[in-house]
Amino acid sequence: MLLKLTLNSLYARFLTVCMTVFAISLSLMLYMSVEKLRTSAYTSFTDTISQTDLIIGSRASSVQLLLYSVFRIGNATNNITWESYLDIIDRDEVDWAVPISLGDSHKGFRVMGTNKEFFNRYKFRGGQPIEIEKGFLFEDLYDVVLGSGVAEKLGYDINTPLIVSHGLESFTKHDDQPFRVSGILKKTGTPVDNTVIVSLAAIEAIHVDWSTGAKIPGQQTPIEEIRQMDLTPKNITAALVGVKSKLSIFYLQRWINDYPEEALTAILPGAALQELWRVVGVVENLLLGISVVVIFTTLIGMTAIIFSSLNERRREMAIWRAMGATPRMIIGLLMLEAFFISMLSVIISTVLLFFSLAVLQPWIDNNYGILVSIEMLSIKDIYVFIMFIIAAMVVSLLPAARAYWFSINDGMTIKI
Amino acid sequence: MDDSIVKIESLRFQWSKNNNFKIFVPKLEVGRGKKVLFLGESGSGKTTLLSLICGFLEPLSGSISINDKIISDLTSTNKDAYRSDNIGIIFQQFNLLPYANVIDNIILPLYFSKQRSKKVENKINAAMNLCDQLRLPESILNQKASNLSVGQQQRVAVARALIGSPSIIVADEPTSSLDTEAQELFLDLMFDQISKNSSTLLMVSHDKSLTNYFDQVIDINEILVREN
Repeated sequence: MLLKLTLNSLYARFLTVCMTVFAISLSLMLYMSVEKLRTSAYTSFTDTISQTDLIIGSRASSVQLLLYSVFRIGNATNNITWESYLDIIDRDEVDWAVPISLGDSHKGFRVMGTNKEFFNRYKFRGGQPIEIEKGFLFEDLYDVVLGSGVAEKLGYDINTPLIVSHGLESFTKHDDQPFRVSGILKKTGTPVDNTVIVSLAAIEAIHVDWSTGAKIPGQQTPIEEIRQMDLTPKNITAALVGVKSKLSIFYLQRWINDYPEEALTAILPGAALQELWRVVGVVENLLLGISVVVIFTTLIGMTAIIFSSLNERRREMAIWRAMGATPRMIIGLLMLEAFFISMLSVIISTVLLFFSLAVLQPWIDNNYGILVSIEMLSIKDIYVFIMFIIAAMVVSLLPAARAYWFSINDGMTIKI
Repeated sequence: MDDSIVKIESLRFQWSKNNNFKIFVPKLEVGRGKKVLFLGESGSGKTTLLSLICGFLEPLSGSISINDKIISDLTSTNKDAYRSDNIGIIFQQFNLLPYANVIDNIILPLYFSKQRSKKVENKINAAMNLCDQLRLPESILNQKASNLSVGQQQRVAVARALIGSPSIIVADEPTSSLDTEAQELFLDLMFDQISKNSSTLLMVSHDKSLTNYFDQVIDINEILVREN
């Protein structure tokens, strides 16, 4: 009966309650969205590369090496000689290795030279492989494979010709050796999407007539002649390495870091990603802070709404009390009401969240490379909801205490 | 145990510590089963006296006994329980829960008083019987209180006060909004039911024309002293 009357009372204030529930639902949805975005950004970031045990580059900090080899941000201070690379892959501990050569670009997108093994070995998001969407991997010396973002933003398709520029912001182009799009990769949500991938031999080929970073004046080797050349690279920028046994990772890392022929650095991608996240993680803390503020403002908002509705309910409180309801019961009624409002808000916000995620997920993925997963509520989400409902009931004690005061003082006369 | 149901002795009440105005009731006794009218003009302290008897207000000193129990000594919670067991209240503005239907409004006190609940075998039937006796049409029983006419609301308020046969009915100017004809009809119905229940009626009013209905008429100015 009391439950029924509480629900009837809420129903009688349908519009006010609806507005309250809607406001709280939106706030809760905002909180959950921020949380989802925060966790998804972290997951997407730390899952940029997986199942690679070591990344090797010239002597640099781990973050710098990670930035240029995986995120294509910045440049290597030096290269690794091909001989050193061969020395490393000859080690018994090494299971596989993929060389990477960076330095050139195409319309602002980084060009990466590598071999076909890259497409088998590079894994992201917990071991997902790179897949080809259209066409095929490079067969010819001048074939390029485009990341999905490059193809989409430049409007390229299979067989589109393209010219590689020398360096990153250079006006000098390797226009004597045009490439052709042979394949386009599926979206990965990683920097691969924004990469133009060519073979290592192609990188060598376009630099045949170049010396110390500049084109040799008057020299233009015919393409057919280049095709006949030995295009084994002399240097590479970095290498991704997988080991046979995880136990040997640290041993191999130490060996590479102490490599006597050349100053090299080997990093564990997972650890480096964590380190890098700590650098950029201020954004995460900001989002976390926003989440906390949102929850607080929601609770304050709910208390304010209950407070403002108290005056119009003063008569109702006095009736309850005159009929024999104790002040504790009146407090209980308001807490029950806060429970219903917060519970309903939690349900509506969850529905709204999943609905908006379903609509916005492809857009967020396409524009920001963050795959916001649509999955069941986590234990943490449920914990937060329970804590929110409890907190809502606790903060409702403030208006409840006021209602108690009203009910004590109103007595027979209801002063409204 | 004597025949008085309400006994007040040397009762002093002050609205607040900042307000020096006090009221003092040296002695008051109301006989069991009597219908008593407290007559007085507005602001004379009638409603304050009823609030003290109901235990809504805390006296500064003195004692109030109801059914030989000194309620002024009870804790707040026990006072609430004692009130819901022994007193049915009819407000000046009826104060029904607007969102609840007629039946739910009438049976509401039974959820707070085990004693009154025990006296009723079937809550719904008891409510329907009261409605019938108070000439409330069956068609309105499931209607929300907010949809009723003033006269109907008044009778529902009486039924709510009477259900579970409390020993005292307290009524705060329930006829103030009625014309003479409606007043008579309402009082006849109310008195009839109160007599059937053998309840004691304490009613306050400023309307001297009502005096004929009551066993005892008390001029509030004769029992209550205002102190500054």
